[in-house]
Amino acid sequence: MLERAEIIRKEYLRHDKKFPHVWCPGCGNGIVMGALLRAIHSIGLSKDEVVLASGIGCSGRLPTYVDFNTIHTTHGRALTFATGIKLAKPELSVLTVMGDGDATAIGGNHFIHAARRNIDLTAIIINNATYGMTGGQYSPATPYGAKSTTSVYGHVEHAFNIAELAVAAGASFVARSTVYHASHLEQMIKKAIEKRGFSVMEIISNCHVQHGRRNKLGGAVEMINGFKERAVTIGKAEKMNPEELEGKITIGVLTDVEKPISTDEYRRIAAEAKEKADNITKAKEKNGIKRYEE
Amino acid sequence: MELNNTQKKVLLQGNEAIVAGALAAGCRFFAGYPITPASEISEILSVKLPEFGGTFVQMEDEIASMGAVLGASLAGVKAMTATSGPGFSLIQENLGYGCITEVPCVIVNVMRGGPSTGLPTSPAQGDVQMARWGTHGDHPIIVLAVSSVADCFSVTVRAFNLSEKYRTPVIILSDEVVAHTRESVILPEPDQIRVFDRVKPDVPPEWYKPYADNNRSVPDMSSLGDGYRHHVTGLVHDEKGFPTQNPQEIKQFLTRIHKKISKGFQDIQITKNHHMEDAEVFVIAYGSVARSALRAVRDARKLGVKAGLVQLITLFPFPRKAVDTYLRQCRVAIVPEMNMGQMSREVGRVNQAGCRIVKHNRIDGQLITPEEILKHLTTV
Repeated sequence: MLERAEIIRKEYLRHDKKFPHVWCPGCGNGIVMGALLRAIHSIGLSKDEVVLASGIGCSGRLPTYVDFNTIHTTHGRALTFATGIKLAKPELSVLTVMGDGDATAIGGNHFIHAARRNIDLTAIIINNATYGMTGGQYSPATPYGAKSTTSVYGHVEHAFNIAELAVAAGASFVARSTVYHASHLEQMIKKAIEKRGFSVMEIISNCHVQHGRRNKLGGAVEMINGFKERAVTIGKAEKMNPEELEGKITIGVLTDVEKPISTDEYRRIAAEAKEKADNITKAKEKNGIKRYEE
Repeated sequence: MELNNTQKKVLLQGNEAIVAGALAAGCRFFAGYPITPASEISEILSVKLPEFGGTFVQMEDEIASMGAVLGASLAGVKAMTATSGPGFSLIQENLGYGCITEVPCVIVNVMRGGPSTGLPTSPAQGDVQMARWGTHGDHPIIVLAVSSVADCFSVTVRAFNLSEKYRTPVIILSDEVVAHTRESVILPEPDQIRVFDRVKPDVPPEWYKPYADNNRSVPDMSSLGDGYRHHVTGLVHDEKGFPTQNPQEIKQFLTRIHKKISKGFQDIQITKNHHMEDAEVFVIAYGSVARSALRAVRDARKLGVKAGLVQLITLFPFPRKAVDTYLRQCRVAIVPEMNMGQMSREVGRVNQAGCRIVKHNRIDGQLITPEEILKHLTTV
């Protein structure tokens, strides 16, 4: 186990410039990064064929530290860049790392459309229920009643259930885990990457500095332990009634379906269109009519 | 572009000619969102791109379109989007990202009346300054304008070449009149078209610095997945692409992205002169208005007025040298525009010769007629 950790540290981190990282001590982002690297390593993807795109915020800094093709895009737009990359070079494995505010507020439209489009991407969403880097304002994942720098009297809006939103929008694969369940998290990320089609991995993480402190949830240890207490596996959750599930975090694979992937479909219709056009050109040349390259 | 007898005339719309130019220049990716009067560009490319082995995608909005265009270009494919005013507003965010990360791409803005939804089916030239200054921060940009169907073809090829050469987004401003006018044009043979591709690195990957200065001030550009792994960020970055807050590195970087454009002034700034040899009064115009201006100049010549036209193809960086020569030569410069004077401002800014500048503005969704310009030419 230690050996693998050593390989990952040496092989996948960028030591030339980018450490120490910007995250607060105890932040869940480091656990996510470790699980992500272990998952990629165990799949055996080469570093050159992996593209990691992020948006803005604490999670947005993750690609800076890892030795892949990495892109730190604009706020909420990681999936749009990823879509362009994947369509232009389908052979690449394209992953995005986003925060809850990044993915579902400013990027909400891109998120549901990426799911609907079912392009072969993996969206990793680190949900810590707040805008951490900007100062702890409420995000679309901040629970009702919670306090934040923009809801000091208690939050009056309701939170998105990100994973269920992804299911409803048509994602091929949706899973959820928490930063407490590091090993489970790694397995889930691995499955999400291996899945062909749009896959979403929601990771419940802690922001004890901005969200935890204001809501008296304790420090990093208390918050992460809280995830352990609140987590129920999907199998167990199916047998529980809504009252029992109140406040629980369902972890595991929520959805795993097969449906046509737009990237593949496009290649198919494009090949047909090209063949048809080439035939017309050939026929015209035969008849002595030149076809203009328009 | 010299013509020869083997070539046939084709009847094309401005928007169709833009598509033809893009494909000839090597564009193989388009992401866009439908909007009048630019929609034909998407529609035709959705048919043509697959035939050329390229990719078309209709995104959920213009912000997404611009993101996808940048992603595709980073993956090594020449990419473009096309939109009109309201969509161009949305594009600005990722346009800035394209500037700071130096990603080649082309954005076509078929201008319509504004602000907001404005006049969807009427021509206007109200987005000139937005094209220059629309996104935040200090950055250079290349803005070109088209005035005819033939222009639409050649300027689009040029736009791709400039974007690849200088690693920068290039904006093409068209307007509703140019976009929807059908003209018969002769397109050059593919082997007559000069196509420029971005310079790729040939050093071992561990030596590659994606943002290092060189004699062109334009760093070599690798594509995603070709072995030159590096970090791309919208934060101000050092030579290796990592974010920096070091004042020295920040200054170096931002100075370089300005320098690469200023080094290329001669190459980037294109103007067309008509009857300027002995002109005493002249018109400075661009876009569809330049066509009216040319007619007005010819009519004025018939009346004995020594009139000329300087047609701007490049709007930004502003072709100061070209314009300055004539500001010194002539006594009056007339600047007709379908806006409140966005380009006449530039002319005024560079006018050190004391030339009289006459604005002629029209913002009622109607094209400026030759008669209106002729009236100025004969009375000033």
